[in-house]
Amino acid sequence: MFDFKVVADWLNELLNGLMPSWLATSIECVIVAVFLLAAYSLIAMAYIMYERWVCAWIQCRIGPRRVGPWGLLQVFADVLKILQKELITLWSTDKFLHKLAPYLVLIASMLTFACLPWGKGMQFIDFNIGVFFIIAVSSIGVLGILLAGWSSNSKYTLIGAMRSGAQMVSYELSCGLAVLTVVCLAGTMNVTELVEAQADGWFLFKGHVPAFIAFIIYIIAANAENNRGPFDLPEAEHELTAGYHTEYSGIHFGFFYLAEYLNLFIVSGIAALLFLGGWMPLHVPGLEGFNAVMDYIPSTLWFLGKAFFMTFIFMWIRWSFPRVRIDQMLALEWRYLMPIGLFNLVLMAVVVAFGWHF
Amino acid sequence: MEVKIKSMKHEDFKDNEYIDKLVEELRASGTNIVVGKLNDLMNWGVSNSLWPFCFGTSCCAIEFMCLGAARYDMARFGFEVARNSPRQADYIMCQGTITYRMAPVLKRLYEQMAEPKYVIACGSCAVSGGPFTKSYCVVKGIDEIVPVDVYIPGCPPRPEAFFYGLMQLQRKIKVQKYFGGVNRKEKLSPELKLKYAGGEENKD
Amino acid sequence: MAELKDKISALCPQAQFDTEGEFLLVTVDDAQWHALAKALKEQLHFDFLTAVVGVDWKESLGCVYYITNTESQEIIHVKVATTDRENPRLHSVSDVWDVANYQEREVYDFYGIVFINHPDMRRFFLRNDWVGHPLRKDYDESEELNPLRLDDEMNEDYTCKWVEDENGEVKKVEGKVFEDDEYVINVGPQHPSTHGVMRYRVSLDGEMVKKVDVVSGYIHRGIEKLCEGLAYPSTLLYPERMDYMSAHMNRHCLCLCIEKAMGIEVPYRAELIRLMMDELMRLSSHLLSYGCLTMDQGATTAFFYGFRERELIYDIFDKTCGGRMSMSYNTIGGVVADVHEDFIKDVRHACDTIEKNLKEYHKLFTGNVIAVGRMKGVGILTKEQAASYAISGPSARAAGLSCDLRKKQPYSLYNEFDFDEVVREEGDSMARYMVRMDEMVESIKILRQACDKLEACEGNEYCAKVPKLIKLPAGHWYQQVEASRGAFGVYIESDGDPKPFQKPYRMHFQAPCFNLVGIVDLTCRDNMIADLITITASIDYVIPDIDR
Repeated sequence: MFDFKVVADWLNELLNGLMPSWLATSIECVIVAVFLLAAYSLIAMAYIMYERWVCAWIQCRIGPRRVGPWGLLQVFADVLKILQKELITLWSTDKFLHKLAPYLVLIASMLTFACLPWGKGMQFIDFNIGVFFIIAVSSIGVLGILLAGWSSNSKYTLIGAMRSGAQMVSYELSCGLAVLTVVCLAGTMNVTELVEAQADGWFLFKGHVPAFIAFIIYIIAANAENNRGPFDLPEAEHELTAGYHTEYSGIHFGFFYLAEYLNLFIVSGIAALLFLGGWMPLHVPGLEGFNAVMDYIPSTLWFLGKAFFMTFIFMWIRWSFPRVRIDQMLALEWRYLMPIGLFNLVLMAVVVAFGWHF
Repeated sequence: MEVKIKSMKHEDFKDNEYIDKLVEELRASGTNIVVGKLNDLMNWGVSNSLWPFCFGTSCCAIEFMCLGAARYDMARFGFEVARNSPRQADYIMCQGTITYRMAPVLKRLYEQMAEPKYVIACGSCAVSGGPFTKSYCVVKGIDEIVPVDVYIPGCPPRPEAFFYGLMQLQRKIKVQKYFGGVNRKEKLSPELKLKYAGGEENKD
Repeated sequence: MAELKDKISALCPQAQFDTEGEFLLVTVDDAQWHALAKALKEQLHFDFLTAVVGVDWKESLGCVYYITNTESQEIIHVKVATTDRENPRLHSVSDVWDVANYQEREVYDFYGIVFINHPDMRRFFLRNDWVGHPLRKDYDESEELNPLRLDDEMNEDYTCKWVEDENGEVKKVEGKVFEDDEYVINVGPQHPSTHGVMRYRVSLDGEMVKKVDVVSGYIHRGIEKLCEGLAYPSTLLYPERMDYMSAHMNRHCLCLCIEKAMGIEVPYRAELIRLMMDELMRLSSHLLSYGCLTMDQGATTAFFYGFRERELIYDIFDKTCGGRMSMSYNTIGGVVADVHEDFIKDVRHACDTIEKNLKEYHKLFTGNVIAVGRMKGVGILTKEQAASYAISGPSARAAGLSCDLRKKQPYSLYNEFDFDEVVREEGDSMARYMVRMDEMVESIKILRQACDKLEACEGNEYCAKVPKLIKLPAGHWYQQVEASRGAFGVYIESDGDPKPFQKPYRMHFQAPCFNLVGIVDLTCRDNMIADLITITASIDYVIPDIDR
């Protein structure tokens, strides 16, 4: 399998040979940032189209088909439109916080985005507390949402933001517990090592019952973390018109919109990383020929494929279930998911301690 | 030059003279190629990504739902992202009667929308008051309150008529001069502004 | 009727009676009215105030109360009037029947009659700075008095109440709608799930709803006033545009009422076609309410499934009536045209498809744990409350109040058909939803039988011979039908004007949704804001029907 590290190292040596190391590092930073931004926006746009098509398919509709071939240019039209919409400034609001909020949400998702394992040796940030870092920075997003709701000076946005706060803080717990369960199994928090550990089998299959339970908990909690149906209470269209971003227009709203889809990709990516082997190809022990064929598929494709598959599951849930109520949502977390998650963690520790996993 | 809508013939549209006049005006005013192309690009973006603001007051709203549903599926054109917040919508499609009590609300919603914004008067009530023209509290056409871009008659209009109206709006957008000039109208005509002076101040 | 007359005259010796019309007419003075109302409800079980019609008789102003006994299905109407045109005052019966609360506010709005002891005498439909009362015959319609105002309407924060003390003096007392420190949010007039332009001012405690103040009238189009200026055939178009999801039923009702007044015999085939259209409309309406209920709870896909089947019904309407939504198909004496040749085939196909797909709907939504959690035990309405608030239709039947007019007071040809009235006991949102789902099955049953009957009378006439000029004798009539959302009633009063284009003296539409909106505060209190959406969706009102 092709290791992207070769390219990165070659570029690093080339630049260092040509110029002083501080300049080389700066140039590398710029190159990485450009790649990051490009990947970020492209994936977000791809996801918007993906969502629209999947949702249309589930609802017996056709979906965007008219703008460009197969409707592919639809999202570019949307972006162009939203870029040039008027940005409305509200009086009697905290203007600085009002403008800061969408950027906070965007930054949170971008930081998390940078930690994902894109392929063999292809990672923007790779360090020993990778998973921990992901969980930490992804929580900045809730700050942005709270600020957005608070600074808009509207009752609807405020309710949306408060709901969001309660929801994110609660579900962060079970999300973290599910992640911890896998970390317990792998014995590392380093993203690369996590993926490497799944070379002979994905954690979902390796980890026995507790890994499976953790997977289910993760799917539910990630849905809630992401404010997606059935947990889309903060922006519950039919209750709060547009929830916390009711008062945002133009590209500021666009940032929320983009971040929402990016977050969807991120939670799918993390699910792929933790449970489905990251960029690791599917290997079935004993079938050498099959494994060799699987190895020929580039690692990035594996990762993207798994993420898109997970996203499909999230979308399926989103478009099938009605929305829960706030008390039901909190009851689900604190009465069921959290205790089960804690118990599951202990179970996993036992499994690991006795070496019962595969 | 004519304004093109994908897989629709020029002859299929009824009021071509109006649009052609706008095209001529656009040509006559002249512009350099960079700005012109940028203009076209922006207009292409805006015209293909019209997000409606759900503003249904009566029967037409049900037909509008049919428009979004499986048989007519306005998602094909990219119109399906219906926003419930006026700040994020591109056009307000007034579906149904506007009464004296609702009129200030409609005006306020229109003012809350972000530029560029368009208005479609949909159904005979919104166009002229329809069967309720003689009533003591029905507005005789929403153009008394907000500037209207496209009128869709019918009681209620069929979904096909909705599409026709939306395509006419697309055509109108495609001949607008994005950086000021042709087809960028004033918010309210001076007479109306004078008539409703005082109403402007409570814009938030 | 004579027996009833004796009973009532025992209760109120001063009352005058008229047994000429279809229902017993009781005329009482305002002074005795409140006591009589109480006695009627408590002793004679007249617990369902069907309609309150304000009328301006030129020399006097007053109300006609139609009251139903839900056990025996007897109807009486009571006329109360006052000759004081400057300060018209009547006694309120809102403490006897809860529904009178909003009904009397409507009468106040239209006629300026002040109801003594009414808890909340504010305008209901018109702007609170409106001058005059539009349905009075001496109303000044000039634009200068009530121009199109584009300044925002101020909130009415005070209720007013006229209280009578022991000496008979009437005083105005003001009260507050909301306390100063309450967190009040506006739901509407433009809100995605009020299904139109309804406005609730909701006082919240966290997520809990403490009080709902209904502000209606954002689509009040003055239909009743318009009808007074038109000849009878022209008035037919308005009921369709009130509850557009019961367009056929409403128009059917008005036609029935005019036919009753004129004594026109409608051909069998015409009545059969009308009945089939009514049932198709009911299917379409219940499918829409399924769609909206699911969408309001966030299950968007179910909404699209509901609309898929509605297109089949629209096609049938389109072929026969030439329109998808406002069909204008019923006419005085029958229907305007015979059915399309594919009609029976299409109806059978639609019945089969919907029956099959209903199972899919149940699979997709009904059993869903979230849906059950959000609807079960939420927004409970008891049978007594339903009767007191005069709720009819699926919402009342979900509370155990058997009130299907197709069974109770059969009109049209309904007594020839074999179908069941769906009644449930729970009275919560789930029950309301399930009643609608089960009613669709019953409608399909009726339609199948009707298809056979229609085949048997192929080629018969579809419209009676009706005089070119429609003229009604002097008098008043009331007719009810079972519309999709409950009992829809039409009150016509004619002065027997001999002019060629006779206009109704007074035409009142008793809309089912008007009563439904009365229970919003009752059912939503102490529930969450998300429940407000579910409950209002499960009550399933149509705003133009409330506001008219």
